[in-house]
Amino acid sequence: MVLQMRFDLATHSLREINQTLHHIDRRPGETFVIEHPKGTHSVAVGLTEPIEVTIEGHVGYYCAGMNKNASIHIIGNAGPGLAENMMSGRIFVDGNASQYAGASGHGGLLVIKGNTSSRCGISMKGIDIVVGGSIGHFGAFMAQTGRLVVCEDAGGNLGDSIYEAQIYVRGEIDGLGSDCVEKEMRPEHKTELLELLERACLSVPIDDFRRYGSARNLYNFKIDNADAI
Amino acid sequence: MPSEKKNTFDARALRTSATFPDHVLAEIHRAADQGVYEIRGFGAKRQIPTFDDLLFLGASMSRYPLEGYRELCETDVIIGDRFAKKPLNLKIPITIAGMSFGALGANAKESIGLAATAMGTSTTTGDGGMTDEERLSSETLIYQVLPSRYGLNPDDVRRANALEVVVGQGAKPGGGGMLLGQKITERVAGMRDLPVGIDQRSACRHPDWTGPDDLEIKIQELREITDWSIPILIKIGATRVKYDVALAVKAGADAIVLDGMQGGTAATQDVFIEHVGIPTLPAVRQAVNTLIELDMHRKVQLIVSGGIRSGADTAKALALGADAVSIGSAAMVALGCNRPVYHDDYTALGTAPGCCHHCHTGRCPVGITTQDPKLEARLRPEQGSRWLKNYLATMVLELQTLARACGKSHVLNLEPEDMVALTVEAAAMAQVPLAGTGWIPGKLD
Repeated sequence: MVLQMRFDLATHSLREINQTLHHIDRRPGETFVIEHPKGTHSVAVGLTEPIEVTIEGHVGYYCAGMNKNASIHIIGNAGPGLAENMMSGRIFVDGNASQYAGASGHGGLLVIKGNTSSRCGISMKGIDIVVGGSIGHFGAFMAQTGRLVVCEDAGGNLGDSIYEAQIYVRGEIDGLGSDCVEKEMRPEHKTELLELLERACLSVPIDDFRRYGSARNLYNFKIDNADAI
Repeated sequence: MPSEKKNTFDARALRTSATFPDHVLAEIHRAADQGVYEIRGFGAKRQIPTFDDLLFLGASMSRYPLEGYRELCETDVIIGDRFAKKPLNLKIPITIAGMSFGALGANAKESIGLAATAMGTSTTTGDGGMTDEERLSSETLIYQVLPSRYGLNPDDVRRANALEVVVGQGAKPGGGGMLLGQKITERVAGMRDLPVGIDQRSACRHPDWTGPDDLEIKIQELREITDWSIPILIKIGATRVKYDVALAVKAGADAIVLDGMQGGTAATQDVFIEHVGIPTLPAVRQAVNTLIELDMHRKVQLIVSGGIRSGADTAKALALGADAVSIGSAAMVALGCNRPVYHDDYTALGTAPGCCHHCHTGRCPVGITTQDPKLEARLRPEQGSRWLKNYLATMVLELQTLARACGKSHVLNLEPEDMVALTVEAAAMAQVPLAGTGWIPGKLD
């Protein structure tokens, strides 16, 4: 017997639903569904249990923020700050996502099947982000660690001030940001990319992908010593 | 007639320039050598209007004082009861400002936590996350949510007593944090997800919101994550105070931390420290006026920081309408910063006790702003916490002394009418009368 707890945001308050999901006494195999989100902000934020949550509809800001362990499937589009500061678990978005998707994420997998806007993966710290479509400008801005995969195109200033994160883009790029350079795509990178696409349930040929990362020229201040001449 | 002896020098030839004093000449020479701006720690060194420019009017015929050391003069304050289920109940209105592990060593953080706990007040994390040591030593710990988000995680969010969304800092409003490579050790780098030894330049903007309307939604998210239990503070560097305070109230802050330009830093550009932001004195008045206009004074608490050094500074900030103050640099001085010991180590840094602002180097002679185990060992937590506890206790006694002299049975009953200003500038900024007159510049009778 499939156990499923359903919440309706048309009749339940956001507070009630998040509170319940934070302190859930889960029965084995039980899943959770949130209906009629209608762009509500902060849906399913701060979850810590390894539960499966399906959101049937579009969500507003910060859906799945600071997620830890939970798997959240959004059957719709997501507003700004999707999965911000995510620690672990999996977030799947069937539609598109707005700006700052996966911002500062520390771990886990974020999959956006459609497109996403500017600053996707900004300040990322270990999260893996796979985008089925294109991303806007300043993707992976100041990205520290983790991997960003873009199956179509990327906007300008990609990877600006990037640290040790890896970026894979299949399509066109409207310019790289400061200190971001194209790097050799070695066999281990192809293996890594294939594994990420498989986990994202995306079937995309990997031959056209290119890899980008840090030139590491901005890591330290450049200090002259003219007095020594 | 005795013959005049000719001078061996001409005083005009040795006249120094007011435009180019020694420290300006030295900075130009350094810039010419290195080709990069000066980065340093500590706070502004220039002369600016301060709380020293205000005086209290003790009780006399029209008011009667309370007996010092006998009659009750309470000091407790509640921070964050606008929306949070569990506001902070502090025994004294002096908190410890955000200072990161990384900028400070572990012993300094532990000393601060132990002292604050003994005095019944709060400490604050910094850029880089929360350490177990500071959580254990601090009974009341405020967890900063900074633009960098280094080390930020939901477990620490939930074990914090309050959150502080840092929008700006008095030493560098509009700038991000900085920690030079010599302080990015393996542990610090690990906490921040950065390569070891890089010159860390943190973000100056938050990654997932861009304005006050976004921030309102961001705060709602943080409240949902914490089940609306703990207070959420917003910290701003003092610049456009009137607007920033109003927007912080609109964004849903339980309390506002207002950091004036004297506020310290572990490292940033000297040009930022000395040339950006406004002093704490005018900032407090503007903030309080704004809260009063919004009918939010005492409902959204105001914590003032930046150059607070004594019970007198605290009393003056409270009299202007603040609910509490916060100390950072002064707490470090209590721990031994610039203490005249280990002279050779100050000399090796090219400085001397009393002038040291070399927090950025990681070579702190007194073991506070360092990750070097040998230097850090110079600050023992049991001694450091004793120093800071005594200093806080002294500040509280001074604060109570002044409050009692003004006839107040609670320090929060101090009011602007208890003060006058020594200078026209301070009178204009604090909006209290110039001493000996009823004149408040800019105010009609």
